[in-house]
Amino acid sequence: MTIAQDDAPATTSKDKDVRAQEVDTLPQPKGDALLGRTVTINRPRAELFAYWADLTNLPAFMDNVERIDMLSDTRSHWVVKAPAGKTVEWDAVITDKREGELIAWASTEGADVPNSGRIEFRDAGDRGTIVTATIAYDPPAGIIGKVVAKLFQREPAIQARRDLRRFKQLMETGEIATAAWTQKQLQEEKA
Amino acid sequence: MRALTWHGKHDVRVDTVDDPEILNPRDAIIKITSTAICGSDLHLYDGYIPTMKAGDILGHEFMGEVVETGPGSTLKKGQRVVVPFTIACGSCYHCGKHQYSACDNGNPADNQDIGQEMYGQPMSGLFGYSHLTGGYAGGQAEYVRVPFSDVGPIVVPDGLTDDEVLFLSDILPTGWQAAENADIEPGDTVAVWGCGPVGLFAVQSAFLMGAHRVIAIDHFPHRLELARRFGAETINFEESKTYEALMEMTGGIGPDAVIDAVGLEAHGFFVDNVVDQIKASLFLGTDRIHSIRQAIHACRKGGRVSMPAVYGGFVDKFPLGAFMEKGLTLKTGQTSVQHYMPALLNAIVEGQIDTTFLISHRMSLEDAPKGYKMFHDNQNEVTKIVLKPDFAPSSTIAAE
Repeated sequence: MTIAQDDAPATTSKDKDVRAQEVDTLPQPKGDALLGRTVTINRPRAELFAYWADLTNLPAFMDNVERIDMLSDTRSHWVVKAPAGKTVEWDAVITDKREGELIAWASTEGADVPNSGRIEFRDAGDRGTIVTATIAYDPPAGIIGKVVAKLFQREPAIQARRDLRRFKQLMETGEIATAAWTQKQLQEEKA
Repeated sequence: MRALTWHGKHDVRVDTVDDPEILNPRDAIIKITSTAICGSDLHLYDGYIPTMKAGDILGHEFMGEVVETGPGSTLKKGQRVVVPFTIACGSCYHCGKHQYSACDNGNPADNQDIGQEMYGQPMSGLFGYSHLTGGYAGGQAEYVRVPFSDVGPIVVPDGLTDDEVLFLSDILPTGWQAAENADIEPGDTVAVWGCGPVGLFAVQSAFLMGAHRVIAIDHFPHRLELARRFGAETINFEESKTYEALMEMTGGIGPDAVIDAVGLEAHGFFVDNVVDQIKASLFLGTDRIHSIRQAIHACRKGGRVSMPAVYGGFVDKFPLGAFMEKGLTLKTGQTSVQHYMPALLNAIVEGQIDTTFLISHRMSLEDAPKGYKMFHDNQNEVTKIVLKPDFAPSSTIAAE
């Protein structure tokens, strides 16, 4: 057992054992590669939690997620954009949920892209709320690898930080910033 | 609509492109009535700025009439507005502190990656200035889409002409912030490097803030003459030794505050390897960086250094020793335009600040490519070109 030697988040550790232990803190860990990303959002914690708790809201700022269907209170079906106009799909279950604080999830058996993670919300005083995403996933090879490349725009950490920036924009400003100047350009950007 | 588009080095054209549309609730569409060519636009023109794409619409100093509004805009059709060059949301932590140029949300999420890699945190979006600052279409056009129109644009009172208020969009607030960052105390002597628009407005602002003397430094005689009109003393660095002159003119003490309004300007956006490449071919690294080095060298002990000039990459031979030993303070940053606009508009209304002296030429938007070449080739005579979309082509009017 490796013990972290400092106070830095495990997601920033250079030690693969420390990172592996962090994955194991997820309720039903799926995936070996770990990433973490934090953003501070100038809105109340309860409001951010409520928005995220309705998973069908997520495609509004997760550019690669086409839609999320709720199969039950805890089980959802994800439809995600893939190359060449195709989509890839999987089911996920909520593995933990603490009102106003935390939502954890894991993909179910047979997922093309096994993944699990949690999103945490903490008060940040007059700066609003600190939102931390911790995500574990398996980067598969072959055709699925290409799907993952599209899903995460090649670099999962980059995709996570872009999605969190869009979440912040939507919550703070009510809209998602775009440099397009026609509807046509905007649709092409999202395609 | 017609718009000035970038196609490559020394290749800008007026093209017909799609009209802008309302895309987000807080958007407004502005019909441009006046738009200026900025000195920093010349760096786009010279092909020095990375992340430019063919067809990009330039222009970040503009104003006009509101013709369309989204449901979240507070503007009304028919209002005349000046638009800040920085795109800021007004809702994030930084906007709350009036640090508008540090807005978290003005730059589209994907575009923030470059800024995050280069600087540690991404900055706000800017109009018409490459994809590093968001890739927003600029205002050298008939129309422009303005995001967050409830926060940025300022409504112009009746009775003021475009020429009187246009520079609220960038260079007047930038010159004012430069003087404010110099923390001027009554009786101070302030030295300003560079008598371009920002330097000249810094001269004006420094006097308004109580500076006893302002010493302006440049090598263009016409620009030095403009500084002299505002009461500045001048040093032409091609005729006199700047450091020696400053020391003699300040009783051997050095200026209390120094303002670098030269810098690398937009060259600063370069990643370091591009800077090195340009430096190697154009000697910029050994020439234009000189202003901040010289300013620090001349500044009195315990003095203040203000740097409106844009630096963005890495600089060689920064005199950190002089900086530390003399106990200097440095303040800098992109301009928080929205923070300064109301007070500066009021100063214009009250007649305390005049900006019209700067305009050397007015011409049609259709003649913009000619304007870029003219500005590029003659920076002594051409101090500011204002493009007017409703001017007839080939009707360039030179001031005076």
